[in-house]
Amino acid sequence: MSNLVPVPANAQALALGEQQYLTFLLGGEMFAIEILNVREIIEYGALTTVPMMPDFIRGVINLRGAVVPVIDLSVRFARAPVEVTRRTCIIIIEIDNAGERQDIGVVVDSVSEVLDIPANMVEPPPTFGARIRTDFIQGMGKVNERFVIILNVHNVLSVDEMAQLSQAAQIGMPAAAPA
Amino acid sequence: MDELRQAYIAESQELLASLDENLLTLEQNPADADALNAVFRAAHTIKGGAGIVECEYIVDFTHVLENALDSARDGRIKVDSGLIQLLLASGDQIARLLEFASDPEARPDAATLARGEELLAGLRAYSPGQAGAGGDLAAHPDAHVESSGGGMVGHDCWHISIRFGENVLREGMDPLSFLRYLAGFGEIAHLASLLDAMPAAEAMDPEACYLGFEIDFRADTSKEKIERVFDFVRDSCLLNILPPYSRVSEYVELIMSLPEDTMRLGEILVHAGAITPTELEQGLRTQSQAETGQAQTAPLGEILVEQQVVQKELVEAAVVKQAQVSDKKAQDAKLIRVHADKLDQLINLVGELVIAGASAALLAQKAKDEGMFEATSTISRLVDEIRDGALRLRMVQIGETFNRFHRVVRDVSRDLGKDIELVITGGEAELDKTVVEKISDPLTHMVRNAIDHGIESAEARIAAGKPARGRVHLNAFHESGNIVIEVSDDGGGLKRDRIKQKAIDKGLLSADAEPTDADLFKLLFEPGFSTADQISNLSGRGVGLDVVKRNIEALRGTASIDSREGVGTTMAIRLPLTLAIIDGFLMGVGKSAYVVPLDMVEECIELKQEETRTNACTNVLNLRGEVLPLIRLREYFALASRSGRRENVVVVKYAGSKAGLVVDELMGEFQTVIKPLGHIFTHLRGISGSTILGSGEVALILDVPSLITLATEFESGRRLAPALTLSNH
Repeated sequence: MSNLVPVPANAQALALGEQQYLTFLLGGEMFAIEILNVREIIEYGALTTVPMMPDFIRGVINLRGAVVPVIDLSVRFARAPVEVTRRTCIIIIEIDNAGERQDIGVVVDSVSEVLDIPANMVEPPPTFGARIRTDFIQGMGKVNERFVIILNVHNVLSVDEMAQLSQAAQIGMPAAAPA
Repeated sequence: MDELRQAYIAESQELLASLDENLLTLEQNPADADALNAVFRAAHTIKGGAGIVECEYIVDFTHVLENALDSARDGRIKVDSGLIQLLLASGDQIARLLEFASDPEARPDAATLARGEELLAGLRAYSPGQAGAGGDLAAHPDAHVESSGGGMVGHDCWHISIRFGENVLREGMDPLSFLRYLAGFGEIAHLASLLDAMPAAEAMDPEACYLGFEIDFRADTSKEKIERVFDFVRDSCLLNILPPYSRVSEYVELIMSLPEDTMRLGEILVHAGAITPTELEQGLRTQSQAETGQAQTAPLGEILVEQQVVQKELVEAAVVKQAQVSDKKAQDAKLIRVHADKLDQLINLVGELVIAGASAALLAQKAKDEGMFEATSTISRLVDEIRDGALRLRMVQIGETFNRFHRVVRDVSRDLGKDIELVITGGEAELDKTVVEKISDPLTHMVRNAIDHGIESAEARIAAGKPARGRVHLNAFHESGNIVIEVSDDGGGLKRDRIKQKAIDKGLLSADAEPTDADLFKLLFEPGFSTADQISNLSGRGVGLDVVKRNIEALRGTASIDSREGVGTTMAIRLPLTLAIIDGFLMGVGKSAYVVPLDMVEECIELKQEETRTNACTNVLNLRGEVLPLIRLREYFALASRSGRRENVVVVKYAGSKAGLVVDELMGEFQTVIKPLGHIFTHLRGISGSTILGSGEVALILDVPSLITLATEFESGRRLAPALTLSNH
């Protein structure tokens, strides 16, 4: 079943400008998101696809009675879709959309660990080179001489933008549905 | 907002609705005493409540209104349309004042007050003897009642009504000691003990005080001095003191404010000191004599008046109070006020229960355990009933909403100088409260439209051979799980050619198109259809109709227009009854499951191989000679799975059109708790929501109307828009 990641409330670390991040792998690359946005991590499965939606919306799942959409980040970053393996997970992220809380699931290859990255170890995003829209990147964290892309969750999972994209996809829908 | 204020505002709003309604009745029939009394009662109750919640600005306004109504009841002023207009406007003013009542600190703004003053001036002008004198009634509220002819009650005693608080004994006070002290500086002429508050022996708390007294006190003293007697218990008691030779109006008010409700009329009068017990006894004797003598008994009140024992006003006030008491009792028994949130919570829980029940039933079926299966089916039957019951709690009759349109029709037709009657049918049709709240605005728009642009002027009507009086008809009925609400008028109808020309001009229609009436009239719902370049009769019809359509679609409903030139126009809106739970029909395509509302399913048939082969290039089926267009969900939704060996067709019907949904598996009825899809899916057409199956998986609910529309649009090639490539930027 779901293996919950403990969310330590390390007030001291926060005071020192340290932030905790959850790191995960996507297409062999390491990404990180602020742990405060993460609600839980669940096994991949029992996903219902929603027709006539752009590919980055994998479908919906039942999260204890609530219907939660699941996003394929890899497709959102214009890469190949995530292949489902034994280690594939869905990270449930809480988004604040115009004052309304909404849970969104994100499919990732595997979840790695929770890291403390001090604020002085986070560099601003490069203008190019990361091969991801720069507004998706909150910063580049330095961990063990390697760079970790810290994602800006609110831009990556912008509900309004995704809704617009799905509307655009619908206009093209009949072409995808041979009658 | 504290509870008291909330309750007061809710109650007052209901009273205002009944005030409006009764005023309109009165307008039709100015001699209707019942309606007038009802109006008076409503105004009076609003005023009384306003005093309790300390909204003196409402009290001030309502007081003058009440006086005018009182004069009308006495026949001293005539009920004419001018007065009704004024009274209706006053009702609106109270509604405006009520908006400020929710906040104890808020006071009405200057504009509202100025409007109130204007109305008050109008009302005062109606009161007899006041118009010339220009007296300020609000400042001297009693002056008016005094002149009503009641005069003084022949009584030289102070009248003291006291109800001791429950804690008086606990606080070490003895009610008797107050009376003794009182007797020390005057004479207690008459004293009645009131034990009405005393509960049954089992429920009684021996330490609590349930006593009340009505005292007639003869003494040369001041009100202040009497009040001082009760100083020690002032905070916990209800104390009313009337000076000797009080005016009738003051006794009337006292009667109204007495907490006892079970007292008979005679007793109330005795307590008020207006008549003596001897007089009451005589009255009663006359009544029993009359009973033996004739079948029709005159009420005690009338007898007392006949014997000239009491003033007419007093009896009337007491009668009103008795009627109020019995009315209120009857209503209390029938209605409970419940917070809407609590209902929502209950319905959510029932929704979860339905899902859990479905999952238990599924397990029992898999386990093939007879007894278990029996048990779960009993449970699911009960859950069904609970679900229906819970949903019915939210159902309200649409009649209430309809009745409000009497006022709209009256006002709008008056503004336009048209004579229009409103006919209402089907008011008993029920639908969910949330839906009712949301259709009020679009409905108002449609009714205004019908009056403004539908119905012609009286001259035009007569010239066309129609009755001069126009007619707007509101109708509601249930049809396959939906409620249909119709607004029809018997006006000039839509000018088909003009609309068509307009549509062509606007580029909504190609010049050679031959649309059906329904399709053509649908264009009126397009935004901005008639904003520019107004054409007389057609123009206004388009204004705001797109808003109507949007509102209706937000409720998963549809709107349509039917019209015949010269005969009239009918606009119909079709809405689902509830937004929470539906009876669904579950079907499978590949590994996915879909639900359609059961009411829309006509029948299910097997799709035979040879059928598909003969109609290989078209997607139609011969259904007993009828042409049935098919929607192949697998292809339509671009599902990856291969088609199963056996396919089935689910024939669905919506608003007259039929279609067949081709699916693999029929999985039967399913109670569907609608879970909204998130904001991301706002633009998704063809699917209206989702639900959770017993297995825990999510199934999508098909939106049949939009699915049919989509298929139609696609087939007619209108949606062959360039396929959009999704870029990253």
